[in-house]
Amino acid sequence: MTLAITIAIMVAGGVYLMLQRGMVRIVLGLILVGHAVNLLIMSAGGVFRRDLPLLQFGTALTAADPLPQAFVLTAIVIAFSIAIYMLTLAASGSDDDTEGNS
Amino acid sequence: MIPALLPLFVAVPLIGAGLLIVLPGPRWLRRVLLLAPSAAGMLGGGGLIWLTRDGVVFAHNVGLWQDGIAIPFVADVFSALMLWTTCLLALVCSMFAVATGDDRQSFFSPLVLVLTAGVSGALLTGDLFNMFVFIEVMLLPSYGLLAMLGALGRLKAGRIYVTVNLLTSTIFLAGVALVYAVAGTVHLGELAGAAEESPLVAAGMGVVILALAIKAAVVPVHGWLTRTYPATSPAITALFSGLHTKVAIYAIYRLYAVVFDGDSRFLWIGVVAFTLTMIIGVMGAVGENTTRSILVFHMISQIGYILLGVALFTELGLMAGIFYLIHHMIVKASLFLSTGAIEHTHGTGALDRLGGIARRQPLIGLVFMGAALSLAGLPPFSGFVAKLSLVLATVEEQQWTVMAVMIAVSLITLMSMLKIWGGVFWGKEPPSPEEGVPMITGANGGSVQTATRSKIRTTLLLPGLVLTATTLCLGLGAEFLLDLSAQAAANLLDTSTYVEAVLGR
Repeated sequence: MTLAITIAIMVAGGVYLMLQRGMVRIVLGLILVGHAVNLLIMSAGGVFRRDLPLLQFGTALTAADPLPQAFVLTAIVIAFSIAIYMLTLAASGSDDDTEGNS
Repeated sequence: MIPALLPLFVAVPLIGAGLLIVLPGPRWLRRVLLLAPSAAGMLGGGGLIWLTRDGVVFAHNVGLWQDGIAIPFVADVFSALMLWTTCLLALVCSMFAVATGDDRQSFFSPLVLVLTAGVSGALLTGDLFNMFVFIEVMLLPSYGLLAMLGALGRLKAGRIYVTVNLLTSTIFLAGVALVYAVAGTVHLGELAGAAEESPLVAAGMGVVILALAIKAAVVPVHGWLTRTYPATSPAITALFSGLHTKVAIYAIYRLYAVVFDGDSRFLWIGVVAFTLTMIIGVMGAVGENTTRSILVFHMISQIGYILLGVALFTELGLMAGIFYLIHHMIVKASLFLSTGAIEHTHGTGALDRLGGIARRQPLIGLVFMGAALSLAGLPPFSGFVAKLSLVLATVEEQQWTVMAVMIAVSLITLMSMLKIWGGVFWGKEPPSPEEGVPMITGANGGSVQTATRSKIRTTLLLPGLVLTATTLCLGLGAEFLLDLSAQAAANLLDTSTYVEAVLGR
């Protein structure tokens, strides 16, 4: 439940930020939503019915699912690099998105 | 032996990109390195079409991991057709970029190659998460390409493009997570038919399909495309139009066929959305007045046509949709390249600043006219066959409204093409610069003299000509592609061979 509530709050905050005007806020909003989705992937692995993947704690059946962790690792790297690129775009020619002309 | 070669479609462009970054060779060598992987991919794709033409499916576990754990690369005739067309477009658009000098930008060539690798990977992969990764591999270089080349406002377009695509990718990822949570796998072979059996998997896959629909620019989530594509350079617009949205369309076809097993309960959503896409796309084009912005709106309208095939999900419908997809990729790129050649030479794509080009250079007029008639669906071009088979498919399903909309939209498309024809190719030549036309910002952001007397170089003309000739050949020899599309449609209707190959049984 904690995980679900955390995801919900992060998505809400992210959507709120994305609906704002400035590019930096949009980037922050996207980062928040991205992390919320990462948590969603973690929860997809069934965190509550599995144990720590350590030596004496349970068997392979009850150890934490490694696949979602690999997914999240990949997703974090991709989202991080795009976030950096978006911040670059926000900084270069910073004012041309606030004017009404298209 | 042959399945083991499938990863080369991804590896060769990536190696080429790596070489281009580290080796500071002379310009001709860099051009060879840019063009060779696509040319090799065309050969490979052609061979793959030949081998899969009777319904064989090749699958290879990358890294030779055991079945179920490995990431499978799968090729049937549908993916082979898409691969061949992708490589053709990458080759032709790269040639155009070489002719316009776009490739002199540092990192242009490696980025294009990485993009091709991503597209090939997304077409071949048999794993949902891996598809996400390859779509990202395809998108990351395009973020750079879009903001690197083009007119003023390309940074603004770049911001919209990156924001929308990052959000869409996040939605896609959320869908993958939901599918994994309820099905316990993201392997397409193991997911086969899962969405038809379990509403939970259907909901998760629904999120994935929604993300793909945004990437394919289906109405009502099409707005980003029309705001971003016209802002970059013509070569890049042509490349993106041929590859990006089409990968999403391919994925929708594949996922709906494999995971939903063509579930008829959800088809009506597609019929409604894609019919609206046709209408709204073509209506949007009416209000535009530069060549590329008109063509971009038509692209949306045509996406509605292509996806209608999957929304009908009959043998005829799927066949028509696949034929339409291949036809559309070629024709649209041809239109973007021929108008791009004009835009590059004359420094503008605005209809009221151009005129009389057909009189001075009949050949470019022919190139454009052929592709435009094909887009509108007139014989003897491939567009006629595509539209006719799609109309027949709607008749078979007795979707009369959809059929009427398709025909009406074709007429409006033709009118729109005539608007470009009348504005750019016919009419009087606009006054020369001395007579008071101001300097205009050119395709590369610099100021270009509007030398209306200048001629379009043959190297700029050739790429469009090749593609228009291809659509003419596909129209005259439609039987060939129709047979292949029918086989691809049969593979989508009965996914057992695909699933068996992916599962390695």
